[in-house]
Amino acid sequence: MNAFLITRLTLQEAFRRKMIVAVLFLSAVFLLLYGFGFQLLIDDFSTFDRQRGGIPGRILPYEVQASAMVMLGLYTVNFLAGIMTIFAAVGSISAEVESGTLHAILSKPLARWEVVAGKYVGFLIMIAIYVSLMVGGVVLISTTIGDYTPPNIIQGTALIVLVATILLSLTILGSTVFATMANGIVVFMLYGMALTGGLVEQIGTALDNDTMVRIGVGTSILLPSDAMWKLASYVVQPAIAVNLVGPNPFGTSNPPSSFAVQYAIGYCVMLLVAAMLVFRRRDI
Amino acid sequence: MSVSDALAGVPPAVQTQSLRKIYRSNVAVDDLSISVAQGEVFGFLGPNGAGKTTSVKMLTGLVKPSGGSGTLLGRSIGDKSSRKQVGFLPELFRFHDWLNAVELLDMHGKLYGMASAERARRIPEVLELVGLIDRREDRLRTYSKGMQQRAGLAQALLHDPLLVFLDEPTSALDPIGRRQVRDIILALKSQGKTVFLNSHLLSEVEMVCDRVAVMNHGKVVAVGPVGELLRGQLVVEFRVGNWNKAIEEEVSAFGTVESVTTGDSGASLILTSLDGENCVPPIVNCLVQHCVAVYGVTTERKTLEDLFIDLVDVGDRARYGR
Repeated sequence: MNAFLITRLTLQEAFRRKMIVAVLFLSAVFLLLYGFGFQLLIDDFSTFDRQRGGIPGRILPYEVQASAMVMLGLYTVNFLAGIMTIFAAVGSISAEVESGTLHAILSKPLARWEVVAGKYVGFLIMIAIYVSLMVGGVVLISTTIGDYTPPNIIQGTALIVLVATILLSLTILGSTVFATMANGIVVFMLYGMALTGGLVEQIGTALDNDTMVRIGVGTSILLPSDAMWKLASYVVQPAIAVNLVGPNPFGTSNPPSSFAVQYAIGYCVMLLVAAMLVFRRRDI
Repeated sequence: MSVSDALAGVPPAVQTQSLRKIYRSNVAVDDLSISVAQGEVFGFLGPNGAGKTTSVKMLTGLVKPSGGSGTLLGRSIGDKSSRKQVGFLPELFRFHDWLNAVELLDMHGKLYGMASAERARRIPEVLELVGLIDRREDRLRTYSKGMQQRAGLAQALLHDPLLVFLDEPTSALDPIGRRQVRDIILALKSQGKTVFLNSHLLSEVEMVCDRVAVMNHGKVVAVGPVGELLRGQLVVEFRVGNWNKAIEEEVSAFGTVESVTTGDSGASLILTSLDGENCVPPIVNCLVQHCVAVYGVTTERKTLEDLFIDLVDVGDRARYGR
């Protein structure tokens, strides 16, 4: 019950501090630019068709190009959601310990874990709504302007939410252990490492280099965020696009298994439980 | 009082046995063993870094003790139910400053588990009590430091607790605010509430507290009713014409010789007595027998401040061999 109170407080704070307004405004700007970009692609195609006198002679079929456009949009959404999550949650526990805000809260008859769980759920709700809205925006633009609807979009949305949830779990755990600044540095280093590790794995796959692939797998175990993005990008592309384009920073032809999803969910639960246990013992 | 409470089966408001807190190699609280009866206003004194705030944090569940045990109103500290009837104004008072006073108190009321009707009744009451009723719709961000401390006091008293911990409750207040807090403490006392007051404003403590404990280097060095700790503690100064070491030994039978200063025109002897003014006639007698000319005797009662400085100073001298 108290946990929900903390959840409400977390959401209320995001609104009151105008964080939500700022994020929504900037996201709307992004969607506007994205729609404009999609329109340019369509115009380009029409011009190309006219010049060829209606004879189809494109290097890549339209579906592949539209799908690439959608991938660019979703990649941005994935990246923005991840960054937003880290920034929003980086001081969720530590900053309130440092400022003293938690002194009057934790001396009330509530358990420490309720504070951690309450904040976690609050951020999770924000992430889920944000990612859904943004993916919805991208798909709406692609459907209306580009006349192209990507497959498995609900699955893809869930996976992008999972990416941000992985980062949220890591950031909240860090926030119970480190000071805000240190936590920010640690989480960003790990996030960067996971991105780079994912890239190394892609290149390794293309070059058939086992060591590079193993490095990628290793970083995915440490932080499975990039692996879940790979899976998300795989499921929302039509087979033709996956086969034509091959491995690239925005997608893969060699997706992680369903075990990887189970691992990622377990990873989130484990980190959340760890955060609760660490915070239970912490001296305020 | 505590005896009759114990007989009536009323648990003490605060009881600790050898409570300890060690941060790595730094001993913050070495041994805290105190008992505060319900209905008492208990002053907790000590110099900066003595371990007062750490002690209160252990009692209110913010810091995990390294050893020892304690209870609040009969319930073990650290157990969240022990904090149900407890209010706490932390030394570091910071609140969600994007809330206004009513919203803040409503949130804290929910955390205490208060029903909505009860919150609606109590919130205006405590806002009135701490003098924030006119600013209740303003966000805390716009409050001065003193007003934020008042909001903190309102938050601590909201659920009408049996036991209130106030950690330096007047640190940000002006003289008027200080007097208001003093009146609030006295009002709580008249309602039979227990107040645990951390402070180094000794005059304040002297005015409101039934009993005090003095802490230094993580240990309680004195505890008792203010009057008893100060009783008979008299500083007596004798201005005399001549002086020799032999007299000093005889005089010290009547009190503790603090200092002897000799000059061209005679000497000045300062001693403290535990026996009050009763010590003066025999000392004068003794001086006269030794043919010492007595020019003047002045007596001064010790204040809590003198006692505090003595206790802290003696402790430090023993500790550092000064």
